[in-house]
Amino acid sequence: MFSVSDYSVAYGQSTVINNLNMQINKNEIVAILGRNGMGKTTLMKSLVGMIQSKSGSIKLDGNEICNLKSHDRVSSGLAFVPQGRMIFSMMTVKENIETGLTTVKEKKIPQNLYELFPVLEEMKSRRGGNLSGGQQQQLAIARALASEPKVLLLDEPTEGIQPSIIHEMARTLKKIRDERGLSIIVSEQVLSFALDIADRILVIEKGDIVREDLRDSVDQQSVAAYLAI
Amino acid sequence: MFSEYTSSELVSIFAMQGFAGLILFSVFVLMALGLAIIFGQMGVINMAHGEFMILGAYMTYLTSNIFSNYLPGFYGIYFFIAMIVAFLAAGSLGALMEFSIIRHLYKRPLDTLLATWGISLIMQQTFRSVFGAREVGVTIPDWMMGSVPLTEMVEIPINGIFVMCLTVVISVSVYFLMYKSRFGGQVRAVVQNRPMAGAVGINTEKVDRVTFGLGCGIAGVAGSAFTMIGSTGPTAGQLYIVDTFLVVVFGGASSLLGTIASAFTISQAQSTMEFFLSGSMAKVLTLLTVVIILMLRPQGLFSLKIRK
Repeated sequence: MFSVSDYSVAYGQSTVINNLNMQINKNEIVAILGRNGMGKTTLMKSLVGMIQSKSGSIKLDGNEICNLKSHDRVSSGLAFVPQGRMIFSMMTVKENIETGLTTVKEKKIPQNLYELFPVLEEMKSRRGGNLSGGQQQQLAIARALASEPKVLLLDEPTEGIQPSIIHEMARTLKKIRDERGLSIIVSEQVLSFALDIADRILVIEKGDIVREDLRDSVDQQSVAAYLAI
Repeated sequence: MFSEYTSSELVSIFAMQGFAGLILFSVFVLMALGLAIIFGQMGVINMAHGEFMILGAYMTYLTSNIFSNYLPGFYGIYFFIAMIVAFLAAGSLGALMEFSIIRHLYKRPLDTLLATWGISLIMQQTFRSVFGAREVGVTIPDWMMGSVPLTEMVEIPINGIFVMCLTVVISVSVYFLMYKSRFGGQVRAVVQNRPMAGAVGINTEKVDRVTFGLGCGIAGVAGSAFTMIGSTGPTAGQLYIVDTFLVVVFGGASSLLGTIASAFTISQAQSTMEFFLSGSMAKVLTLLTVVIILMLRPQGLFSLKIRK
């Protein structure tokens, strides 16, 4: 369904992602775990086209999307929730979600998005920049979902968010997956959150996937060893 | 300096100069809108903006000639056609310029400054070669001639009223386009975070091109309005570009309301002071005031307050 093969990304001479391969099935949630500086964000940003890749291929439903610009990748079914949210802080909540509608025919914000995140409907006409961190995270997810993606990429969604909301977010993400049948790739440092939502766990180390476990058979201790400094 | 005049004379002087200032204000607003849109959107300082205005003025001149030679019966409405022609000509040239030159120079502000300045020189010379170095003027249709007497001493010219109404209509449409339409939402998203706007599915290159064309097109319409109040020469655009920059910076680059407010303040201050002092002294005082205010409020008059 979504596959990345022999994928490399470099900043000039320094290669950050090195011949990485991964496969994500339809309806699957995959967590990519790794310490800081192991290439999680670089991988995510380059998958959505914000950073150029050096070589390799990305296939979505059999179509090669590696040579496409960001907005074309979005229209072919990829959506991205970046680290640090990056919502458009000067625009209202409603306008923020509407930017996600650019690639789809639908011109009005679907009601089911507001049902997933009721707080966003309440704060519809507030500026995005005046929301709290947790609300901004919900807004960023809603904005990404507005483009009706097949694959949703989330980069460290738990960063700076209180534990109870993290737990709630895990529930929401699973609900979205069940309702919409999409695949989710989430990069994470928090093992408990990853175990909470993911069907499969990949560990990234120095720009390559070094370990792969199904959730049910994961050896928590050895995965945690990769996350320890 | 006020002592030579009686109080009723002073009132009418202020009223007349104030009104003359309003016409200047209209041209400033139209120019500054285009400049602010382009600067806010792409961080490109378009030094050729004045020349796009003059292009619009020459297009108006051409249209008026065509009408007086071939369609004299319809001369009364030539101005509306001319405005559309000016908008399209300046807009499409702007989009072409963005496509062929500017888009290769993003992230290099100094280079775009030089490039657009070069373009402005090329355009000036082209105007000189095509239309001649002499200034040209259009004949204002009959219904725009004359003035409305308000009191015995205060008279308001009709073409001035017309130019102002035009400015209001265009400013309101720009407001709706930028703040109420989907295109406007996309433009503002690109302004705030270009890579992220791409990652939510906005075609940023297309938005850039349309915005650049739009900004230049509005400058063209400003040129149309300009023919009502002055004569058009190849270098007339340069006289306005500095003032327009001043308006944009003073108003706060990302705020339409700020642009309008600062255009109003600057044009009124200029126009009123010019009557009592010399033109250059008026300019010095205006600049000085703007500099002092900008030292106190570097972000301009109006800026949005949000968490950083």
